[in-house]
Amino acid sequence: MSDRAPEVAETPKSSSAPPPAADHGHAHDDHGHDDHGDHDPIHAANPHLAHHFDTPQQQFDAGKLGIWLFLLTEVLFFAGLFCAYTVYRAMRPEVFVYAHYFLDTRLGAINTCVLLVSSLTAAWAVRNAQLGQHALLKLNIVITICCAFGFLGIKYVEYHHKFEDGLLPGPRFAPTEQVWELPSFKAKHPEAAEYAERLVKRAEKLEGSKQGAAVPAPAVLGGAAPTSSTVAGNPPAAASAAATGSAPLAPGAVVEAKPELPHGTTTSAGTSPAETAPEKTLLSETTQNGEGRPTLEQVEPLIAAGVIGPKAENRDVPSRPRNAHVFFSVYFFMTGLHGIHVAVGIGVWIWMLLKAMKNEFGPNYFGPIDYTALYWHLVDLIWIYLFPLLYLIH
Amino acid sequence: MASPSTTADVVATPSSSDSDNYLTHDKGIASWLLTLDHKRIGVMYLASVLTAFALGGTFALILRTELLTPGKTIIEHDTYNQMFTMHGAIMVFLVIIPGIPAALGNIALPLQLGAKDVAFPKLNLASYYLWVLGAVCMLTSLVTSAADTGWTFYAPYSTTTQTNVIPAAMGAFILGFSSIFTGLNFIVTIHKLRPPGMGWFRMPLFTWALYSTALIQVLATPVIGITLLMMMVERTLHIGIFDPTLGGDPVLFQHFFWFYSHPAVYIMVVPGFGVIGDIIPVFSRKRIFGYKFIAVSSLAIAFLGFLVWGHHMFVAGQSLLAGSIFSAITFLIAIPTAIKVFNWITTMYKGRIHLDTPMLYALAFLWVFTIGGLTGVFLAVMSVDVHLHDTYFVVAHFHYVMMGGAITALLGGIHYWWPKAFGRMYNEKLGRIGAVTVFVGLNVTFFPQFILGSRGMPRRYYNYLPEFQPLHQLSTFGAYMLGVGFLMTAVYLIQSLRKKPDAPANPWGSRTLEWTISSPPPYYNFHTPPTVTRGPYDDYEDLVYDPKIKGYVEKKSGRAASA
Repeated sequence: MSDRAPEVAETPKSSSAPPPAADHGHAHDDHGHDDHGDHDPIHAANPHLAHHFDTPQQQFDAGKLGIWLFLLTEVLFFAGLFCAYTVYRAMRPEVFVYAHYFLDTRLGAINTCVLLVSSLTAAWAVRNAQLGQHALLKLNIVITICCAFGFLGIKYVEYHHKFEDGLLPGPRFAPTEQVWELPSFKAKHPEAAEYAERLVKRAEKLEGSKQGAAVPAPAVLGGAAPTSSTVAGNPPAAASAAATGSAPLAPGAVVEAKPELPHGTTTSAGTSPAETAPEKTLLSETTQNGEGRPTLEQVEPLIAAGVIGPKAENRDVPSRPRNAHVFFSVYFFMTGLHGIHVAVGIGVWIWMLLKAMKNEFGPNYFGPIDYTALYWHLVDLIWIYLFPLLYLIH
Repeated sequence: MASPSTTADVVATPSSSDSDNYLTHDKGIASWLLTLDHKRIGVMYLASVLTAFALGGTFALILRTELLTPGKTIIEHDTYNQMFTMHGAIMVFLVIIPGIPAALGNIALPLQLGAKDVAFPKLNLASYYLWVLGAVCMLTSLVTSAADTGWTFYAPYSTTTQTNVIPAAMGAFILGFSSIFTGLNFIVTIHKLRPPGMGWFRMPLFTWALYSTALIQVLATPVIGITLLMMMVERTLHIGIFDPTLGGDPVLFQHFFWFYSHPAVYIMVVPGFGVIGDIIPVFSRKRIFGYKFIAVSSLAIAFLGFLVWGHHMFVAGQSLLAGSIFSAITFLIAIPTAIKVFNWITTMYKGRIHLDTPMLYALAFLWVFTIGGLTGVFLAVMSVDVHLHDTYFVVAHFHYVMMGGAITALLGGIHYWWPKAFGRMYNEKLGRIGAVTVFVGLNVTFFPQFILGSRGMPRRYYNYLPEFQPLHQLSTFGAYMLGVGFLMTAVYLIQSLRKKPDAPANPWGSRTLEWTISSPPPYYNFHTPPTVTRGPYDDYEDLVYDPKIKGYVEKKSGRAASA
């Protein structure tokens, strides 16, 4: 689409004949047509020219300025959400890293392409209107609408998956899968996924052996001093939001190789004698088991995602970062608001289609298509920003 | 382009008592409710805004009555909280923000531009109905469990209180869109519908003020929209944006809220500046001094207004560095404001002052707004604000600027454009009495509150220490006086409508375009746009008062003023 619109004609050129004197062609003019000059040649020749504008060019320019101002307000409207996103991502980067694995990048990318195609057809529709190509105009509007519905459909599928997987905002956040079990995580960080599984299994094993042997679970992973008081089956394991709640682990000990007491041990009846067994750490255990010191590839993605490490919710077992739901709050709010704008856009395009079916648009009058397409481009642009910010986090 | 044929429209009989005008052209309720005529829309806004003002004012009187004694006087504490919340929300969102732009601006702006209407008449009507819808939402909150959060809706209280916050917030959200669309409409109108010969620096100052206000409306209001939406979503879905237990930050709400609400106060007052800027030269019979400076200062205030929101948050925990920067920029806003005030005073110097009612309101404005503005600068000093934050000093400050600034200017503008809009003159003597009563009442109500605040009386408090009682009672007495003044004004204004139209085209001798057509104007305003050959405040000496029609006419032609 060229930047310069064809000159809006000021002399009668449209296909429809000038309306008869009594014809109230100005659809929204509630004034009578007495003797104040609405029958000047320009208004007579341009039925879509409102009474308060002198020329179609003036009307078009006014509309153009108006829609750009409106788009500016829309940008500022979304800016608040982008600002909230920025603040939260700066404060809690691990939440965003953690959560993005749950999003289906493929569907997001398809949606991006769908919207881009719809922007193309929208722009093309403007050109069609300018050139009076009625059939092509209707076709392009229809394609735009179909793409928009497609976008909403894919969004629905994505939302549906999220609801099924328990990925809801706020206190309803209860993921059914652990992040390291996700295919997207496994594909990117296979060693880390496997390492997390190992940690979980070991914790479960300890929990099992602890319960079976009625031996208080060692505070430290690795089957250390069995003389610690009943730490087994203690509340935090059960209450831990992590589905794998079991005996305490010592992730901290993993990286630092310090014989430190793992955190998260609940107060048991007495201090856990495991504190006095510094040599039995996860590290030493793994070394003993011949598995070697955990590598950076195994550990770093888990720390970045807040699964283990200082930002994790549960210090004893691979879990998830604190307040992980914040991402999904932001995700649903931003994509939801965007989706509402897509839906409104569909409504407006349908209205344009109805007008186009009456062949109302032509070289003298294509403003509404132009403005609708501009709105649509903005909706597309906002998605172009949303997609990498939400789906392409590393 | 077109010849100045409008002068031909205005014949020697400027009164339009028998001729067709926009009030009489179409009859029936549907012709009003579905009108696209900016003048009718403006009149509907005026009636609606003043009704909301009466409601908010009634709440104020009840609040002030409650504060006559330290303990309970007439209402319970919970009711008190709800009442000051609704008083604030109604006044801010239903009255002052729409006030001058939507009511006076809609009536006068296209007329001042020689245009037939605003750029988007349907959008204009939509703006009005959004106002109505927002008002209904707010009233829903009012008649159910009215919100008690204060009009500022701070989280976490607003996200947890059991009162009905959502309709109030939704009402404000909808009103935001009303405001945005009005602003958008005015910007496009001013850019695209100026008549031939009217460059930017030949526009009236009221138009400049409306333009600056519209810029703020368009840029700032979406932010309050998203903020209120976030607060409502937080309240219903607990998504955790402002709730610390869910990982959110309540101070973030304050940042978002004040990012809009500070520019909002300039939406409230800048149109008032415009009204005053139009009134003073006319009633001093002297060209405005420093036209360009006044015009550009509106833009400067609009721009700077976006940079100072943190001065509402000096004690909210933001860093000292941030506070200092906000404080410094707030001082800067005093500069363009002062330029205006000094230029207006200089305009009056060696002029021939006519103390008609609009001028009385303008003079009152100068006095009261200066006090309000200066006390704002006091509050901008961080070390002072630490003591005065959330005290009655702040309450007095913003009432001085809002009541003394915006409302006084609104009343002045109503009296100035009343003859044009309705074709009737009100009783001038009652007008003057009303203006003086309002002025005195205003000062008696709010000046004691400065003292209360600096002595430690906190705001939004239901109970207070007995030592504050005398000042509270004085303030309440002033509030009653204000009520009487407003009531009197309403009565004589409505009375004037029952007369036959008797107003000339140009009762005040102004040079702006709206006074070149009849009072009330015909529904189409101008046949063709007049060609403008001079500034809006030039050549008052060419106008002479004609006692037969009680208005001004051109000396040479005997016709009413031409472009």
